[in-house]
Amino acid sequence: MKIYVPRDSAAKALGSDAVAAAIAAEAEARGLDVIVIRNGTRGMIWLEPLVEIEEGGARRAFGPVSPADVPALLDGTLEGLGKVDYIPFFARQTRLTFARCGLIDPLDLDAYEAHGGLAGLRRAIAMTGQQIVDEVKESGLRGRGGAGFPTGIKWQTVHDAEAEQKYIVCNADEGDSGTFADRMIMEGDPFTLIEGMAIAGLAVGATKGYVYLRSEYPDAIEVMNEAVRIGRARGLLGADVLGSGRAFDMEIRVGAGAYVCGEETSLLNSLEGKRGIVRAKPPLPALEGFLGKPTVVNNVISLATVPVIFEKGAQHYADFGLGRSKGTMPIQIAGNVKHGGLFETAFGMPLGELVNDVAGGTATGRPVKAVQVGGPLGAYMPPSKFDTPFAYEEFDGQGGLIGHAGVVIFDDTADMLQMARFAMEFCAVESCGKCTPCRIGAVRGVETIDRIAEGDGGAKELLVDLCETMKDGSLCALGGFTPYPVMSALENYPDDFATRKEAAE
Amino acid sequence: MSDPTLPETMAEIFARHRGQEGPMLPILHSVMEAFGHIPEGVVPLIAEELNLGRAEVHGVISFYHDFRKEPAGHHLLKICRAEACQAVGANALTERVLSKLGIGWGETTPDGRITVEPVYCLGLCACGPAAMVGNRVIGRADEAKIEEALA
Ligand SMILES: Cc1cc2nc3c(=O)[nH]c(=O)nc-3n(C[C@H](O)[C@H](O)[C@H](O)COP(=O)(O)O)c2cc1C
Ligand code: SF4
Ligand code: FES
Repeated sequence: MKIYVPRDSAAKALGSDAVAAAIAAEAEARGLDVIVIRNGTRGMIWLEPLVEIEEGGARRAFGPVSPADVPALLDGTLEGLGKVDYIPFFARQTRLTFARCGLIDPLDLDAYEAHGGLAGLRRAIAMTGQQIVDEVKESGLRGRGGAGFPTGIKWQTVHDAEAEQKYIVCNADEGDSGTFADRMIMEGDPFTLIEGMAIAGLAVGATKGYVYLRSEYPDAIEVMNEAVRIGRARGLLGADVLGSGRAFDMEIRVGAGAYVCGEETSLLNSLEGKRGIVRAKPPLPALEGFLGKPTVVNNVISLATVPVIFEKGAQHYADFGLGRSKGTMPIQIAGNVKHGGLFETAFGMPLGELVNDVAGGTATGRPVKAVQVGGPLGAYMPPSKFDTPFAYEEFDGQGGLIGHAGVVIFDDTADMLQMARFAMEFCAVESCGKCTPCRIGAVRGVETIDRIAEGDGGAKELLVDLCETMKDGSLCALGGFTPYPVMSALENYPDDFATRKEAAE
Repeated sequence: MSDPTLPETMAEIFARHRGQEGPMLPILHSVMEAFGHIPEGVVPLIAEELNLGRAEVHGVISFYHDFRKEPAGHHLLKICRAEACQAVGANALTERVLSKLGIGWGETTPDGRITVEPVYCLGLCACGPAAMVGNRVIGRADEAKIEEALA
């Protein structure tokens, strides 16, 4: 009998290591023949630790399981959840990028292959670089790191550039609050990312890749390093990728706790060993990137989606979605939520359906007051905007952004003035310091919001002006988009800014 | 008071990272691992190894939150301050933890046992409030869970 106990860090944070140890100990005491497999998470975090028992080809799920439940689990008397695929939150998804996550041992390359892995890379090996780039263009894949730039067009630029060395850099800095898709796939299906980077390398003629992985993710760092080691030993990486005669190798690099290093040019400076200051564009990183060489910089999910595009065909992928938002998006539902986790679905689902139906509303059972979509630089959406379809242009039209697709839910106890203040404070803490409107403006923003909180209504106009200055005078989206959460809080929740409040303690 | 083993340790670290492209951050992470902080004495050595000015090396070290100039307490407790954790009471939790320890953000208890630092998201946003002690992650953190991890 096989028993799956996730090693994903969210599962660990909820006690899965202790559950795995208890299962091993209890099985041994009973003399049972049990193999414990540490898989990734299925993404239903409210059910973690979610344990699955595989017997006679069928997998039955239990969760949340505590060490005290283990005797009953092995007796067969613990009440279960049935097959994971039939749990409504899971059944409603379209899992393309995350198809294998939670299904297999993340470091078992044979299991990876048995579930469709490497098929995409094998297909790409038989294609020219230009054909690979065309396939990505046809899929409609857009960057999942935030800006939504068409991935195929970026690859074309690097493909066309002449240079003796080119690079693939994976942006695994995932600093946005409310997001964990990058972490989840790196911990749950790391070979997908490696395969995607190898395909990118073949496409543009790059032989070296780097994953810039934030230091806040020690578990992901460990799994990725191990996966690269295995990939090298098994010929997936190295001088002769899967016997193609073409080289591609990669290295995991660890960030050092700076949010701004998720911005691609700051990231490149950091990777080169410099301060993570944002660079002016042009030159584009595609032409002058890492060490001045043509470089593809893509988010983890962008790259990890490439294998399934090549496995199933660009058209299959492009058939999902809405308008210019093609394919699926792993939406991360977080904060004060009843059913939080990762929900991969075709673009287009209305925000309200996600929040109320899929996620079941708030954990506290109180009314939803606000939903912040797209990380700390995303707008606060009130329930009156819940019919907005989850897609790039549609959110843009509502003064929002989907960014890396984090959805953070707040109940009616949230104080939106304090959330606006936090947005400014975060910008002040994380600013790279290059532009005055960002570096100084954010500090002024905190002060101005404090004045409003103290009852100075006139300061509201100042805050609006300050937001305008930050929008217009900032080089990157940290200073330029911080006004989104601030202004959306001010506009959608005027009551929180109107009443006289005690100054923040 | 410079550590007499420092030059030897650094030589070992440099040897490990030679041949890497952009070795600065990997070297600094290795220094953190070896010493628990970035001792002032490594700056001239790194500057020489990488053929940079000392000011430049200082500049890099000071830019990143991870590279501390002073050793942390025996336990480094990080509590997430970001939005998703705030939505489930991270601020109140932080207040209770800090007031119980009698310290503020970034400070170490007088007995040198615990340092508390803010962190902006640990990717545990669907099971917040989130915290971390060393590399051990804590979800739906409360005082009891944090105390247990610090034991
Ligand atoms: C302040 C700031 C932080 C960012 N953080 C990230 C991040 O953590 N991960 C990411 O993939 N992109 C991040 N981005 C976007 C990147 O600059 C870039 O657009 C992205 O890595 C490109 O990859 P993609 O086209 O695959 O999305 C950030 C941008 C800004 C301005
Ligand atoms: S907007 Fe802020 S973070 Fe971005 S480049 Fe300017 S100072 Fe740096
Ligand atoms: S916001 Fe706290 S872990 Fe992500």
